[in-house]
Amino acid sequence: MADTAATANPETTEDTGDGVRRRDFLDIAAVSAAGVGGLAVLYPLISQMAPSKDVLAASTTEVDVSAIQPGQAIKAVFRKQPLFVRRLTPEEIAAANATPASSLRDPETLADRTQEGHQDMLVTMGVCTHLGCVPLGAAEGEVKGEFGGYFCPCHGSHYDTAGRIRKGPAPTNLEVPEYTFTSDTTIQVG
Amino acid sequence: MSFPWAKEYTPSNGVTKFLDEKLPLPRLVYNAVGAGYPVPRNLSYFWNFGVLAGFFLVLQIVTGIILAMHYAANAQVAFATTEHIMRNVNWGWLMRYAHANGASFFFIVVYLHIFRGFYYSSYKAPREMIWLLGVTIFLLMMATAFMGYVLPWGQMSFWGAKVITGLFGAIPLVGEPIQIWLLGGYAPDNAALNRFFSLHFLLPFVIAGCVILHIWALHIPGSSNPTGVEIKSESDTLPFHPYYTVKDGFGLGVALLVFFSLVFFLPNALGHPDNYIEANPLSTPAHIVPEWYFWPFYAILRAFTGDLTIPFTGVVLIEAKLLGVLAMFGSILLWFILPWLDKSPVRSGHYRPLFRKFFWFGLIPAMIVLFICGGAPAEEPYVMLSQLATAYYFLHFLVILPIVGQIEKPEPLPYSITEAVLGSDKKAVLGENASPAV
Repeated sequence: MADTAATANPETTEDTGDGVRRRDFLDIAAVSAAGVGGLAVLYPLISQMAPSKDVLAASTTEVDVSAIQPGQAIKAVFRKQPLFVRRLTPEEIAAANATPASSLRDPETLADRTQEGHQDMLVTMGVCTHLGCVPLGAAEGEVKGEFGGYFCPCHGSHYDTAGRIRKGPAPTNLEVPEYTFTSDTTIQVG
Repeated sequence: MSFPWAKEYTPSNGVTKFLDEKLPLPRLVYNAVGAGYPVPRNLSYFWNFGVLAGFFLVLQIVTGIILAMHYAANAQVAFATTEHIMRNVNWGWLMRYAHANGASFFFIVVYLHIFRGFYYSSYKAPREMIWLLGVTIFLLMMATAFMGYVLPWGQMSFWGAKVITGLFGAIPLVGEPIQIWLLGGYAPDNAALNRFFSLHFLLPFVIAGCVILHIWALHIPGSSNPTGVEIKSESDTLPFHPYYTVKDGFGLGVALLVFFSLVFFLPNALGHPDNYIEANPLSTPAHIVPEWYFWPFYAILRAFTGDLTIPFTGVVLIEAKLLGVLAMFGSILLWFILPWLDKSPVRSGHYRPLFRKFFWFGLIPAMIVLFICGGAPAEEPYVMLSQLATAYYFLHFLVILPIVGQIEKPEPLPYSITEAVLGSDKKAVLGENASPAV
């Protein structure tokens, strides 16, 4: 021990002539390892806040749409959030198609937002794209806003009969989730 | 503090002598809030609110820790344990009502404290750091209060959480992932409730740490005063104890009378009946409003109803939603640069005729309008009123204050605090203890 100390000290601390000490390697290696380790620790610390496996697992929902009459809507639950399924009346379809998409904040036609052959079936999230309130208009007797679709009472966003934003602070149309018709009367969302 | 005439702490007995050698805590207290801290002799009751804010922070921590002993942060039972506290726990109703109204009173005294800072320009050199720490404390308070309000898991709790975390969804590209990350899900649920409880428990202690820094920074230049004239001699000051411990004590007595009148007789006056309905993710209350202390900022958020576009092209630069969010955060963040916006060499609004006009007839009415609109439904005339008031708010800080500082001719300042108090009579000014400033 005494031996090593006596011989090691001059070698490790003294300048070897080109401004580099042998201990510099140790310093850089130690600080780098601590830095990389510190960054590696950050990942689980941040990632733990993301949705857990059970939350992610609540993936698909089946909805029976057979009982919905034209002009009616039902509320279902998809990923713990409300889902609006609405059967449009011919007048509502006409109103939606009469509006040129280019004049809208989020230009989409009714056909873009429904599935072929089921243009009267409007499936959207019941979550206002402004700050996430549930818009009114799906249940009987609720206000439907100035454009006959949905109205968000929180900050006054008006959606039309195709669930498109027409007035108020919401930036985009009501989200249309991914869904398929598993039969003529049933849809599977997610 | 740094004044040479500050009284020196002298330990009087064996115990205090022992302490003074090993850990001079009594000396620290003596110099911070005792006879060893010389304070301007002319402080008005507007200088009470710092101590009051400290009191309400302690009250919130004490009642909060007690509530945490009986509450369970789980979406299945959170609402039920809140009612359990109200109905079954001995004195639980008192703890919860004191905590809920204590939050309101914490904000009342802090708003008056900030009002004092605005009117007397307490943020100006050499006190910028005190101001910056104060704004930081205010932001932490807002975060703490918001998360605390979620914990009872009533309808307003749930929808408040949804709307406020939705603010982050407005950030371009990363907004939605950030929102989902903050909530730990697609909507507020158990994960969100649990982390809000954890942070709501932690943040008050972070605030307490910032308060210590705030007071530390205060003790370097010493307190400001209603004339805005700096201390020149000993006759300008009084020792903090007993003069201001008594004055603060009286103010505290008045504040507690009002506070307990609410706690005992109107405990729900500042709350929302909707929050006594358990959270329901499928039904939004007809009228979502935050707690009253957020109303002015909520009004700014809602004032932006149109996108910012390049004129005549329809190209959207910033969406309305993001504009509102930026404006709301900006309305408070701009306080951070306030010491460098207001360049007038005169501190006190008392000697600034033009500033005073804009303050009383511009800023204060704008704040009142924002306050009212923030609590009102999102319909006319409130939307238009909040747009006008928001425009004035930003104009006031970003344009009017800097210009007024340039063009205003201030009224003559008194030579010293003593002169302001006693008049310019030579004998009165130079009392027997008067000693020149060093």
